[in-house]
Amino acid sequence: MAKRVMVKGNEAVAMGAIAAGCRFYFGYPITPQNEIPEYMSAELPKLGGTFIQAESEVASINMVLGAAATGARVMTSSSSPGISLKQEGMSYLCGSEIPAVIVNMSRSGPGLGGIHPSQGDYFQATRGGGHGDYRTLVLAPSTAQENYDLTMLAFDLADKYRNPVMVLGDALLGQIKEPVELKPYRKKPPAKPWALTGCAGRPSQLLKSLYLADGDLTVHNWNLFKKYQKMRQEARHELYRADDAEVILVAFGSVARILRTSVDILRDKGKKVGLLRPVTVYPFPDEAVRAAAQAAGRLMVLELNTGQMVEDVRLAVEGKAPVDFYGCPPGTIPTPEDLAREVEKMWRKGGGR
Amino acid sequence: MYFDTIIAGFGGQGVLFMGNLMAYAAMEAGRQVTFMPVYGVEMRGGTANCTVVISDRQVGSPIVHEPQAAVVMNNPSAEKFGPRVKKNGLLLVNSSLVEEQYVKARTKRILRVPSLQLAQEIGNPRLANMILLGALVELSGVVGVADMVSVLPSALDPRYHKMIPANQAALERGASFAQDNRGAV
Repeated sequence: MAKRVMVKGNEAVAMGAIAAGCRFYFGYPITPQNEIPEYMSAELPKLGGTFIQAESEVASINMVLGAAATGARVMTSSSSPGISLKQEGMSYLCGSEIPAVIVNMSRSGPGLGGIHPSQGDYFQATRGGGHGDYRTLVLAPSTAQENYDLTMLAFDLADKYRNPVMVLGDALLGQIKEPVELKPYRKKPPAKPWALTGCAGRPSQLLKSLYLADGDLTVHNWNLFKKYQKMRQEARHELYRADDAEVILVAFGSVARILRTSVDILRDKGKKVGLLRPVTVYPFPDEAVRAAAQAAGRLMVLELNTGQMVEDVRLAVEGKAPVDFYGCPPGTIPTPEDLAREVEKMWRKGGGR
Repeated sequence: MYFDTIIAGFGGQGVLFMGNLMAYAAMEAGRQVTFMPVYGVEMRGGTANCTVVISDRQVGSPIVHEPQAAVVMNNPSAEKFGPRVKKNGLLLVNSSLVEEQYVKARTKRILRVPSLQLAQEIGNPRLANMILLGALVELSGVVGVADMVSVLPSALDPRYHKMIPANQAALERGASFAQDNRGAV
């Protein structure tokens, strides 16, 4: 068995990145994700890598673009307000088809908000918060172990699709300390013939997002669209006690792990309830959600916001089953008992909205 | 098997280290465990606290509102967390610092631990936190004092490894105090 260590969720992200061969990190500090740059600043120099605390979030995302254009594995991380500032750079990464990993250990908003856990950035993450018709793969861990595993996966998917990939956690998943099994990374990163490595002995090449010639941008956007269609095969989800469920709860990230315990509480009371957890929130696991709705006949969505992922669930279900929603705006983190009570309340009301 | 506890006090009393050590020991004993600190603004000035959850199954919530056990190291944490302890839960009060008027709880299982006095007995008043932790693990029974001692080298920064014997003595003194007063809780 691989080594098990007790680490903070943020450290697990950094460890996963380094294991996957990330040697360049550019960022700007913000609570509650500072253990990521802290860890990178200590470890990257030892490995011959580079850590830069940039003068701003905008600078750091552009450093990411520059370094990743050379074919290196590159990461930045921040939390909600900082991620907003990086959106322009993410749009450029998508437009230029440059792979990179962006971590959002989200906190509460809008504006400066607070440092509490929140899932209020779901729309921004899954719709692409920058300008233009683009998509970003978004992975949503729910344990420190997944922070490690999915960060490694994020680098693979970024290279596979030449696209930025976001790891979307929150303050709870950044600050929690749990045992993490440090699985070794065994894959060989793919060759990157498109990378800018100096053109000695080969024709020069260009990475750009500007297309002014007649018709070029249309072709470019259709090519991107085809890539986004292909990315749909990466949809991932996890089911918990869903086999004979009469109601299936749908939740991601920190809420999903709290709900696992709520499911156990409700099962102990004889309630046939299960849980579906999207592991990728873009692409959204539409088919799995549709199948769950068909099997159970009723879904309930619970989020740490006032209703965002519920829209994707309703789109997936296409009105064929009732979908209820319970949301918690930032402040107190609900306990498993709180959420179990809310599920029972919705259950009694019956029918969905 | 499931156990949760909140450990609270002033920043600097070693509250987070107590939680960390317990979590390390639980991991080494093959349990599932989470450690959740408060962070950010709350750490400056007010109370510091952490929640440790230990289980046979994957831990769902790392945050607990009504814990099975709590250790309160100062007046504000006694006031805040004492009443939250479950009805038949365990409340350990650092009676060297917490004044009696702040001790309020639903549970009757309250043990007052004169941690400073006990720490002085073993020659280091700074180890009051380890006295309380020794008492907590002794009474909760989820991990043994020996488990805690065996993870001290990995949980403590190498700079403090010379303090391992003193930490061990404090854990054991806390445990023996709890044993002697087990009847009261």
